[in-house]
Amino acid sequence: MNIIVCIKQVPDVTEVSWDPETGSLIRKGIPSIINPNDKNAIEAALQLREMNGGEVTVISMGPSQVEEALREALGMGVDRAIQLTAKQFAGSDTWATAYTLGLAMKKIGQYDLIICGKEAIDGMTAQVGPQLAEYLGLPQLAYAMHIEVVDSKVRVKQKLGDLDRLLEAPMPALITVEREAYQPRVAPMDTILEAYGKEIPVWKPDDLNGEVENFGLTGSPTKLRKVYTPKLIKGKIEMLEGGPEDVARKFIGKLKEKYIL
Amino acid sequence: MASKIDISEYRGVWVFVEQTEGEPARVSLELLGKGRELADKLGVVLTAFLLGESVQDTAKELIFFGADEVIVADHPLLRDYRTELYTDIISEQAMARKPEVLIVGASPIGRDLAPRLSFRLNAGCTADCTGLDIDEESRLFVSTRPAFGGNVMATIICPEHRPQMSTVRPGVMALPEKDDSREGQIIDLELQLDEDACKVKILESVKGASEGVNIQDAERIVAIGMGAGDKETFDMIKELAELLDGEVGATRFAVEAGWVSHDRQIGQTGKTVRPELYVGCGISGAVQHTAGMSASKMIIAINKDPNAEVFKIADYGIVGDVRKVVPAIISELKNQMT
Ligand SMILES: Cc1cc2nc3c(=O)[nH]c(=O)nc-3n(C[C@H](O)[C@H](O)[C@H](O)COP(=O)(O)OP(=O)(O)OC[C@H]3O[C@@H](n4cnc5c(N)ncnc54)[C@H](O)[C@@H]3O)c2cc1C
Ligand SMILES: Cc1cc2nc3c(=O)[nH]c(=O)nc-3n(C[C@H](O)[C@H](O)[C@H](O)COP(=O)(O)OP(=O)(O)OC[C@H]3O[C@@H](n4cnc5c(N)ncnc54)[C@H](O)[C@@H]3O)c2cc1C
Repeated sequence: MNIIVCIKQVPDVTEVSWDPETGSLIRKGIPSIINPNDKNAIEAALQLREMNGGEVTVISMGPSQVEEALREALGMGVDRAIQLTAKQFAGSDTWATAYTLGLAMKKIGQYDLIICGKEAIDGMTAQVGPQLAEYLGLPQLAYAMHIEVVDSKVRVKQKLGDLDRLLEAPMPALITVEREAYQPRVAPMDTILEAYGKEIPVWKPDDLNGEVENFGLTGSPTKLRKVYTPKLIKGKIEMLEGGPEDVARKFIGKLKEKYIL
Repeated sequence: MASKIDISEYRGVWVFVEQTEGEPARVSLELLGKGRELADKLGVVLTAFLLGESVQDTAKELIFFGADEVIVADHPLLRDYRTELYTDIISEQAMARKPEVLIVGASPIGRDLAPRLSFRLNAGCTADCTGLDIDEESRLFVSTRPAFGGNVMATIICPEHRPQMSTVRPGVMALPEKDDSREGQIIDLELQLDEDACKVKILESVKGASEGVNIQDAERIVAIGMGAGDKETFDMIKELAELLDGEVGATRFAVEAGWVSHDRQIGQTGKTVRPELYVGCGISGAVQHTAGMSASKMIIAINKDPNAEVFKIADYGIVGDVRKVVPAIISELKNQMT
């Protein structure tokens, strides 16, 4: 069984800080990591390979440094990695991302499952998976908590809000994995070392059979008009001071003032 | 992608309506409220798109909540949400009827459906928006959404493609008033659907183990954070919430610590709430949390650290230990009630 996992390299947003004076984002020195949710996707693929045999390929589109993310995935034990890096790909929205990844899938040709994370921690749209499924005309099984192959069909336990569903689809199919599913393994030392010896092909627009005007910023139907930091200051705060009994009385006084009590 | 359409042919605002057993999702009603406003600005018709089984009565409700017309796809196979069928039916109608705006609730269903639909329609989609507007000069639909864990806000447009699509976070738009006297048109679609033609089968569907609370319905919320970090304090806070006739909300840390279930989490990866009263107990005020509650009408924060971020967005602040302040409030409340 051949599985392709899509991984995105993201800034570690838990490390993002902002300037308290200007309110603007400090991005300098923020480490890049594999989107945490995509490690769940890698883990799911590795477990499926252990059960069903086959190969796992990871693919990532991004600037040249995504090579690090791909190496890390190889370290976790995937068989091969493909990198999509070209200046034409820059500025892709989810449509253009799905289009470019889709072209790469067509070039790879042979696959039974494509696995994505549910969402990336930076853009956080959760749109790339479903859009890629649509482009390739594949059944889409989102929010997977568990994946299983039964009689050459794939079964997914889906967490759809407060519904738990069991879905079944023929392969090839596209799955997005939930954040709580498939705790990623720690990469073993020997595979990490092996990972550094592996060749990672870099595909550019010429390697993909696509239309140039569909790539990157030009190909993106959504256009970013403005980015700004939300205002943190709501207004003047009034502090309720005193011992616990005093503040309790003042607290209730405020609720009464506003007719909440 | 290059756009090959004449955008002037596209008119009207559509709202996808999600339903369970005929009951419309709250977010869909919120979007009818917002959709009404957008349609009025554009001077066009507001259309609700409803799919389900035996949903004729629901369709009428949608008119009471602001729709001018309701397109209804009523079929046993549409009772449960299915990506394929829902996408096929809506996209076919959208290609024929050409709406300029299509909005969908950013619920798990909406986030599964909208991107697939947008790709089929050769349109972009702005995700998880917290603000929608019309630029009256250009007629463009302008969406605002948080990104990078709520640290930045982005304003996004889709100038060349139609429909202009967005998903909208539940709880952000106000619920519209229901007006039983409103009238409108119901358009029933003729459907030929066949289970055998569907690739994805639903083998099972059960209600998951959640407490079934929707904190978005609560007008008073007492929220707990790591600073309220033990069982005893948590029980006190629950009592305070009950005395105030409210619900308990939480930060992600408190959810991860296992004190409350995820459906009570407020913020970027939880719910957006706008109650008349929000009391934060031992909450630092990280932007990922405040993104989900800053529109509350009255915010009171209790934190032992006078420099906590949360005080920047609160109306009233109490610097103190929740373990002392909360019991004092409880006993004072009880005093005043008797
Ligand atoms: C501030 C801001 C706001 C934005 N808002 C929007 C918007 O509303 N609509 C829109 O269409 N675009 C938007 N974008 C662009 C969007 O973030 C990028 O297209 C991004 O490359 C993919 O979207 P995402 O991060 O939301 O990924 P998601 O759709 O959340 O990712 C889901 C999964 O898809 C896979 N995946 C995603 N990207 C890649 C990749 N590059 N390589 C391999 N696999 C990948 C991973 O498995 C990932 O877990 C925005 C960008 C910014 C900076
Ligand atoms: C991508 C992403 C998404 C996220 N989504 C969410 C989300 O949806 N919702 C969310 O809430 N968080 C979210 N987070 C996490 C968020 O960044 C914060 O880490 C979290 O909100 C902090 O929770 P807290 O305030 O409970 O804990 P802390 O930040 O640890 O704050 C505890 C506070 O309690 C105070 N305190 C301690 N003891 C006492 C006492 N005895 N009495 C009074 N005060 C006391 C301390 O001074 C401190 O201010 C997200 C993070 C990321 C990266």
